[in-house]
Amino acid sequence: MWVVVGVVLVPLYWTLVASLTPENRLFGTPSLLPGRLVLDHYRALFEARDFWIPIRNSLVVAGLTTLLSVTLGSACAYALARMAFPGKTLTLALVLAVSMFPQISIVSPLYLVLREVGLLNTYPGLVLPYMTFAMPLTIWLLVGFFRQLPADLEEAAFMDGAGRLRTIWEVVLPISAPGLATAAILTFLYSWNEFLFALSFAMGPERYTVPVAIALFRGQYQVPWGEILAAAMVASVPVAVIILVAQRRIVSGLTAGAVKG
Amino acid sequence: MAGISLRQAGKRFPKGQVAVENLSLDIADGELLVLVGPSGSGKSTVLRLIAGLEAPSSGRIFIDGEDVTDLPPQQRDLAMVFQNYALYPHKSVRENLAFGLRMRGMAPTAIDERVSRVAAALGIDTLLDRRPAELSGGQRQRVALGRAIVREPRAFLLDEPLSNLDPLLRTGTRAELALLHRRLSATMVYVTHDQEEAMTLGTRIAVMNQGRLEQVGAPLELYERPATVFVARFVGAPAMNLWSGDRGGQPVTFGVRPHDISVVAPGSGEVDGVVEVVEPLGPQTVVHLAVPGRDELLRVMVSGTQRVNAGDCVGLRWPNDRVHVFDANGGRRA
Amino acid sequence: MTRTIAPGTASETRLAWMLAAPALAVIVLVALGPILWTFWESLHLHDLRMPWLGRPFIGVANYAEVLRDVRFWSALGHTTVFVVTSVSVELSLGLVLAILLDRITRARGLVRTAVLVPWALPTVVAALIWRFMVESSSNWLSDPVMAWVPLVLADAWKTTPFVAILLLAGLQTIDRSLYEAAQVDGATAWRQFTAITLPLLRPALLVAALFRILDAFRVFDLVFVLTGGGPGTATEPIALYTFATLLQHLQFGLGAALSMIVFALAFIIALAAIRLFGGRAFLERAA
Repeated sequence: MWVVVGVVLVPLYWTLVASLTPENRLFGTPSLLPGRLVLDHYRALFEARDFWIPIRNSLVVAGLTTLLSVTLGSACAYALARMAFPGKTLTLALVLAVSMFPQISIVSPLYLVLREVGLLNTYPGLVLPYMTFAMPLTIWLLVGFFRQLPADLEEAAFMDGAGRLRTIWEVVLPISAPGLATAAILTFLYSWNEFLFALSFAMGPERYTVPVAIALFRGQYQVPWGEILAAAMVASVPVAVIILVAQRRIVSGLTAGAVKG
Repeated sequence: MAGISLRQAGKRFPKGQVAVENLSLDIADGELLVLVGPSGSGKSTVLRLIAGLEAPSSGRIFIDGEDVTDLPPQQRDLAMVFQNYALYPHKSVRENLAFGLRMRGMAPTAIDERVSRVAAALGIDTLLDRRPAELSGGQRQRVALGRAIVREPRAFLLDEPLSNLDPLLRTGTRAELALLHRRLSATMVYVTHDQEEAMTLGTRIAVMNQGRLEQVGAPLELYERPATVFVARFVGAPAMNLWSGDRGGQPVTFGVRPHDISVVAPGSGEVDGVVEVVEPLGPQTVVHLAVPGRDELLRVMVSGTQRVNAGDCVGLRWPNDRVHVFDANGGRRA
Repeated sequence: MTRTIAPGTASETRLAWMLAAPALAVIVLVALGPILWTFWESLHLHDLRMPWLGRPFIGVANYAEVLRDVRFWSALGHTTVFVVTSVSVELSLGLVLAILLDRITRARGLVRTAVLVPWALPTVVAALIWRFMVESSSNWLSDPVMAWVPLVLADAWKTTPFVAILLLAGLQTIDRSLYEAAQVDGATAWRQFTAITLPLLRPALLVAALFRILDAFRVFDLVFVLTGGGPGTATEPIALYTFATLLQHLQFGLGAALSMIVFALAFIIALAAIRLFGGRAFLERAA
């Protein structure tokens, strides 16, 4: 088992070592144990390349996407899970269908519309397209979650005289914290990692997100691997932290209902 | 307190199953009516129809003479005790009890007073600041009861309130519920699948089977004069012995209760049998006998002191007026 | 099982709509609208490099041009190769990993974290890491056939954990006593695997396969960064070709046709897979 873990982590270890290796030694013979370690690349990353900017952009975009999709998605998910209304099956089918859209298939119309309304290279210009995957994800996760909440809690609230909205606010939401957290974490993760839309709708470095910034690193004469790998490490650290902290949640979110045949 | 009526109420679910069919029932003000039947009989559905948690597909529901069929549960002024208690897990016991009163817009001081009073009466006043997760099963049940009592509703609806308690706690709580009913003079609709619970608690019992009412009446009435084969078999333990026969050319089903059969010397009774199984219960013993012409073993209840052993050949006798006769086709009393 | 609470009064229905509408509106706005637009666009000539040509309606001419295009068929072929190889590798490795994960009792959380990190990284980061490793130790990336190896390896490194997690959940729902009974009956470990594990894991395997096939079909980030579709266009999958047509060659009409084809294919795959196991897993949550 530990062998497997080792194998899985080798690329990351390699990257870590490389990111701390001086430029002239980068493409030498790779060795397991590092020789001299320097922080040059990291310094260049933040001073010369202003890596703070993409980090800030990613945080804002992922944050707003998460906020919007969890708020709207949870309301929709509750209605789907607990209430009857005409067009319910159609809605579910729509949500499912949209989650299967290849992103490439809607890039051009989104591009043209965003250009029309002047939202290219802006935060909303990325958050709205992100709804194509964030919303179905949130709705999907939360419908499953709401369904397995005991229905008699809501019924008890009704008997006690609470209307539907009051019940949602005072009874359902407080006990939905775990489900909402899972949805938020997964949405944030997927938003942070998104590439195609971020590449297509950002017009300049001011609005690049982390993945785009890293992918477009250009060096004076050659590919600046040192800085790229340093950036890769920087991008990996928050991810690793999130996973460590929320690993259980993430796993339950991914598998919720996906396996119950 | 109020009387409750269902008039030709029916409930059909979208998938086609009929849970309740053409049911008419009157529950008098202050009575404890037990809805009893096997699972799937529709008893919980009837309760939910009264509560307003389900809308009837047909028929009307009345509370205190008022047609409430189109009223949502919030406005029916009924209190329900759920099988799994349904306590709000994120709220303290105090907040659980106060919730319904808050919804009614009661003043905070009045709420506090009532909550403390009811909590004290139920013996949970020391638990007011705890969360449901910190309570034992019995304590949770009391909180569920308290939540209902504190609202002083028109009637109480109880959905198998004792089934999640362990057996020892069950009999004690049962007696307390009976006391509560008397003290509050409350109208209570009580659902259970346990016929013993029904017999001991109910002012009247309504036996349900497959969505229909089989019989409604006082416990003893159901016991002494079951209206159908189903009720005869359901009420009373061990179950009544039944066999098919013929009376005046018509096919009928005869029934005799195990209590009404006495064990006598072979040859001197209605029929002879061989003892197969002996179950001593203490004050009484259940004896199962193989009788010629019957697939099922005959059940007989004898005094605990009477010596009966497996393998014994004995005679069985019962008085003629203790024989129940049912129509073989409809199962109704003939 | 549908448990809709409280009878459906008119105000209830209204409230339900108010709760669901905002999310629905957004989805229609950013997904449904665009896909319909793409369809409409695919029936027009629209080349942003030659705006004087306007945007005339040309019916299915774009589609005909796509189908005549050699590069399109290569891209489709590349995509198929990628889907088949990566999904088989990931399902097998994922199954092995899931079985291993099932066995461990200590430091479960730590192991799962370690295993999940590759999955959680941005794809471009993973691609860059692998590109660096491959470039500094070989020249596979300049060989049209060998270039596939790092692609599949990188994809496997990144998504096998996801597959493993899905399968692990499925494994854990299998009743232990089945294995014990089989052991008592004298079945070998392999026999237990084929007779108990595989059949009972079928739903989980199918779900994992469906997700992976769809995702592999839509692959973009990984190839863009790792090989750029190269050398030349040797590893160019269909999504990358569409991207090039749209945002590099600026041929929007043609690109829209390509997009529709990709969309249609994705849909067919999804429908076929859902039909395969009766749609239970998905519609179960809807029913």
